[in-house]
Amino acid sequence: MSTPTTETALHGVMAEFLTPDELIAATRKAREAGYSRMDGYSPYPLGEVADELGFPRSEIGAVMFIGGLCGAVVGLLMQVWITSYDYPLSIGGKPFWSWPQFVPITWALLVLTASMSGLFGLLVLCGLPQPYHPVFNVPQFIRATKDRFFLCIEAVDPQFEVGKVTDFLNGLQPESVAEVPE
Amino acid sequence: MATATENAPAPPGQYPPHPEGLIGGSYDTVTLGDKIADVVIGDYPTPKAWWGWFLFGFALLQALVIGVAYLFWYGTGVWGLNQPAAWGLAIVNFVWWIGIGHAGTLISAILLLMHQKWRTSINRFAEAMTLFAVMCAGLFPLIHMGRPWLAYWLFPFPNNMAVWPQPRSPLMWDAFAVSTYFTVSLVFWYVGLIPDLAYLRDAARNRLQRLVYGVLSLGWRGSAYHWRRYEKLYLLLAGLGTPLVFSVHTIVSFDFAVAVVPLWHATIFPPFFVAGAVYSGFAMVVWLAVPLRHYYGMKDLITDRHLELCAKVMITTGMLVTWGYSLEVWMAWYGHSQREWSATMQRMWAGPYWWSYWALILTNSILPQLLWIKRVRCNELMLFLIAGSVHIGMLFERYVIVITLTRDDIPGAWGRYAPTIWDYAVMFGSIGLFVTLFCLFLRFLPMISITEMREFLPFKQGGRDGHSCMENAK
Repeated sequence: MSTPTTETALHGVMAEFLTPDELIAATRKAREAGYSRMDGYSPYPLGEVADELGFPRSEIGAVMFIGGLCGAVVGLLMQVWITSYDYPLSIGGKPFWSWPQFVPITWALLVLTASMSGLFGLLVLCGLPQPYHPVFNVPQFIRATKDRFFLCIEAVDPQFEVGKVTDFLNGLQPESVAEVPE
Repeated sequence: MATATENAPAPPGQYPPHPEGLIGGSYDTVTLGDKIADVVIGDYPTPKAWWGWFLFGFALLQALVIGVAYLFWYGTGVWGLNQPAAWGLAIVNFVWWIGIGHAGTLISAILLLMHQKWRTSINRFAEAMTLFAVMCAGLFPLIHMGRPWLAYWLFPFPNNMAVWPQPRSPLMWDAFAVSTYFTVSLVFWYVGLIPDLAYLRDAARNRLQRLVYGVLSLGWRGSAYHWRRYEKLYLLLAGLGTPLVFSVHTIVSFDFAVAVVPLWHATIFPPFFVAGAVYSGFAMVVWLAVPLRHYYGMKDLITDRHLELCAKVMITTGMLVTWGYSLEVWMAWYGHSQREWSATMQRMWAGPYWWSYWALILTNSILPQLLWIKRVRCNELMLFLIAGSVHIGMLFERYVIVITLTRDDIPGAWGRYAPTIWDYAVMFGSIGLFVTLFCLFLRFLPMISITEMREFLPFKQGGRDGHSCMENAK
């Protein structure tokens, strides 16, 4: 956890904005001011916020590629092993290595494993399911899934000082600024 | 990127009409979310018609329960199956249902990749339709087995009999394709639901709703890091779903086309089946969208424009299947295969089921031509009736294919096929299962994606003027 800078431990300081563009602009200003440990919250995806946060590319593509590749390879080898080694049967005089007939199952397993590794990759990388998170302690945050946009500069940031961060966020003309208790 | 002032939300009130006519009324992010979520959290009273449809579906579902119980007790002999027609209504229904399911994936995946904005307000309930239709479809091969409790033998696993299923068989392809399709559709649907469930958690009216939607939303908080991964996953699932939907119905058509039966053993089958699947699926989307517009007042979100676009997809795919019907006849004649040609003649003219072929042509190819006329396709009732004609036509299409079996090469091997009451019990019962599940979905989950619709709203209304998944997914 973060080093307590005030009496109660803080997760960070959070500013509330009315529009997506204000959040994007605020994130950019915070990055330019040297803050690096922060997060933006919005009811629908805003790619620009992730860009400004310095997260230009997610890991999901690599996760799904590896997952799909494993599924396809295992699926193909399974069929080859069944039909050529463990239980060889001559079907219509076809060779044991009749690879075109292994395509449908190889493909199905590729899609299945790629999708499942994508889903579990998302959950693991995002740390979900997560029953508790400090941001929900802020009463205004209930509108983060509705119509408000939030920027939270976190206490783990090397430049974090409650007073300075609060002043900085107030300078961005937010709707409100609140300390986020841990 | 536009400047902050330019994109600032206008004061609530009358917004200009949407340039493409894809959303009516005067919604901002809040009122739009309320409109959809109120149905689920109970602020919008459950329409009386919902009870009517639910009870209708639930009553029909009992036919399925009784039909399956009777079938399991006495065996598949209670159906009208025999040699030579060993495949009957069960396979017809399997293909019919799985075809219907395909439109949901088409809308959610292919139209996303194609930047089609109009998918946004219909993708959620179309995906639900996919899931429930695949459930109904998967039921039929399972209960068609003489010993359904051994269904797991379809999958390869080490066993003390030291045998394996045959990976060269379309039966095993089918098991893998359909189970993969169901799983991937479920993942796609659920991933799409997570942000909506988080909104329902925050908008909940009571503790139980907050608890249930809170657990289902997994603690989603809309973090920008999470959104980036989420959008990438969503786009890649769409990218995988697109070839998947083609491959699944291709494999379903292989169930027929790999067999050496005249008129089945044809390369036309995969594309012809896929077009038919999309055709019937859009007919079902129309059948679901029209009641939603009326009973839930969703005309602003599922607009006349959406229905017209569905009609245009129907006329396109309808022409594709019609082309398929004519190619079947052409290839039989041009191929100089006596077997193919005699089977065609039996199908169209000389056999006892000639009427079902012409019923298929009438309902699937001739009546839907009315959709060319703008006044017809923009008329809700007419569109609904034509979609009904397509449902019947697609059922007949698979029926015509299956009863080809009754006319073998040797007249001594000819037979007849007539479904029994137990065939019909499971057939109509599966419709009951679908209606029941869909009614429950309407009641407990948002029927339209709240998150995507908010993003879809024009800038002045608080959105981003489109669902920019492809731009955000990195």
